[in-house]
Amino acid sequence: MQIKNTQVLRTPNAPTPGRPVLFNPDICTGCNICVHFCMEDIFMPAAQKGALPTILYPEECWYCGNCVDDCPEPGAIALNHPLMQRVRWKRKATGEHFRVR
Amino acid sequence: MSDTLETADAEVWPYPIRYGQVKKFESDVVVLGGGIAGVWSAIGAARQGAKVILVEKTVTARSGAGGAGCDHWQWAADNPCSSVSPEELTQALIDNQGGYRNGVSTYIQCASAYQALLEMEQMGGKVRDVDDEFKGAPFRDDASKLVFAYDYDARFVLRVWGNDYKLLLRKECRRLGVKIIDRVAVTGLLTKDGETGAQVIGATGVNTRTGEFNLFKAGAVISCMSRPQRNWTFSSEMRGVSTFRPPTNVGNGHAMAWRAGAEFTMMEKSMRSPFASPYSYPSYGVGNAINTWFACNIVDANGKEVPWVDCNGEVITNFDQRYRPARGQKFFIMGGGSSSHPHPGLKEYAGPKLTPDLAERMEKGEFTPPFYADLTSMPDHERRVIWGLNVGEEGKTRIPILQTYSEAGFDPEQDMLQTYDFLRGSGMREPVTPQERTFGEQGICGGMVVDWDLMSTLPGLFGAGDLIYGSQDHSHAAATGRYVGRRAALFAVSQQNEQCSQEQIEAEMERVYAPLGNGSINGNPGMDWKELNAALCRVMQNYCSEPKNAELLDLAETWLDDIAENEAPKMVADNPHKLMRALDVLDILTCDRMIVHACKARKASNTHLHFNRLDYPEMDPPEWHKWITIRRDGNGDGNGATVGEMPIAPWGDFESNYQARI
Repeated sequence: MQIKNTQVLRTPNAPTPGRPVLFNPDICTGCNICVHFCMEDIFMPAAQKGALPTILYPEECWYCGNCVDDCPEPGAIALNHPLMQRVRWKRKATGEHFRVR
Repeated sequence: MSDTLETADAEVWPYPIRYGQVKKFESDVVVLGGGIAGVWSAIGAARQGAKVILVEKTVTARSGAGGAGCDHWQWAADNPCSSVSPEELTQALIDNQGGYRNGVSTYIQCASAYQALLEMEQMGGKVRDVDDEFKGAPFRDDASKLVFAYDYDARFVLRVWGNDYKLLLRKECRRLGVKIIDRVAVTGLLTKDGETGAQVIGATGVNTRTGEFNLFKAGAVISCMSRPQRNWTFSSEMRGVSTFRPPTNVGNGHAMAWRAGAEFTMMEKSMRSPFASPYSYPSYGVGNAINTWFACNIVDANGKEVPWVDCNGEVITNFDQRYRPARGQKFFIMGGGSSSHPHPGLKEYAGPKLTPDLAERMEKGEFTPPFYADLTSMPDHERRVIWGLNVGEEGKTRIPILQTYSEAGFDPEQDMLQTYDFLRGSGMREPVTPQERTFGEQGICGGMVVDWDLMSTLPGLFGAGDLIYGSQDHSHAAATGRYVGRRAALFAVSQQNEQCSQEQIEAEMERVYAPLGNGSINGNPGMDWKELNAALCRVMQNYCSEPKNAELLDLAETWLDDIAENEAPKMVADNPHKLMRALDVLDILTCDRMIVHACKARKASNTHLHFNRLDYPEMDPPEWHKWITIRRDGNGDGNGATVGEMPIAPWGDFESNYQARI
């Protein structure tokens, strides 16, 4: 059996939830406006133009969505709800079940 | 974006570090906390001609419990469509809380919330259905285009488009010349000669990115910081999405006013709440029928509708009647769910709600879980106003709920949103354990005692919004802020230029920077802020929840003192962000002490304060129907309390007191 990823790293466990927001690198310009509008100050600014801000304190996110709401580039950031708190719904006509993705 | 980046190295702190450097500011009025109450206070004072500085821990553009939005403008009895007068509504709201609601600030809210909203409109805020989106709907006044919620006859709660109000308020502050200082956490109040209980003449702060120390000297200080949270429940992870008020609100304003010697009341009230729990769900983001979702159809797994009943217990068969007073009722206050609240308010003001015997009927097989909020079967205008205006404009809903769910495919015309642990109709996770309590996450809570000027017992220290005892709401923060700004500006002009006590400033600098001296968590016997916060919660869960008695409360004090002496001084912080969090936890510890003092002082059980003492089991004895006050006793170790009391309705005549001051 061949194991594909054989790189062994000495890394701590990540905080949970680890990725409260997702950046789209094709759209984000690294303007750092989300860093400015974050109430909990969870981000570190993008170090240079074109880079993405980093999330230093993901577990402090309040999920207010201000970073998304006030972002000048639609689609650059999306909220990413913790998996255990993604709410579900049912389509009345078909009975199918869905959930937040 | 005032701070320039120092480095591109990911390992290095990106902001300039200025630990120990002192920057001084002077103004007529300094506003502490830039949430809804803070910006309205600053606007009120600036319109009076005062030089105003506003200090905010995070970012004024969006900060505070109401910065992300607002869909209901509560208790605006001064609006032209209201059938209820401000006096009558104020008294009803007080009576509905058994007397334990602040009459002064509630009257200010009821008498001027609509005036504040008209000013919001002047600033560019949308307060009317100008696009005729809801033309002809029963909740709309077609002449004024105002839209209402809950009781469509009484019309004292407005639906508003508040998502961008905070941005507009900041703009108005700037237009009026208010100097806004963001990312500075206020740490303490400065008093005349540095004495506890003396006039308040300024404040101190620390920058949460650079660590710079700031001094604010002013003729009047308006504290607008929000309520204590995280006193009973704290999870270092997994709670952000379900936390109602921002986690940055920890009661800093309560803690520093206490240290300065101001009087507080109602601090013994705490209640079971699902809001504080990591097991809860996004606020307004599950199937339910209250607040933003009032009065949504709720159906069971087979599509069977859960009946609604009125305050007389009569089943409501006509849909429109969910929004109308019941037979013999003049008006109702809110409505929707019948929660686990042991005293849900007076029958005469109770709104329509889901049938309270749902749990029993489910047990008997009459209804099958899970339940769903069925927007699809709602009248078109009601569906669009809930999943549109309300869920689009309420704080913390536009992106996390409306946008996120829509992008995942949720369609209100086809889909039914699931409820969770839905038995009693609140739509939130219930029941919760006695230990899962909240002080300020939900409902009306304790705070600073204020007079008709909204001035505390310390001259020069004013309060607005959630800092004031016995109050709540976005429109309350706006109305009291607008009012107190004027009062504080008038006070400031008559003040002498008092000198700050150098000794007090140096002692505060030492306190503020102490966690930095403990270094980082690696190789240090100390702990980080999260572990300390969780440990403080455990003390409160074990010794200050339900039931209470003198022995338990003494132990609460013992163990809080123990942590204060042993672990708190070793708390570590290795950058300005963690320093802010560490200082927050020290303020949580101070608020815990205040709560325990108040619990010891009330030697009687009280329904409305959710206060049960085993050693005083009689509920609501009339001789204890009063406010118990506490203030810090500066003698000894400085952690004791002086206990006092106020009569249950100390405010006198509403209208004449209010009119004399506007």
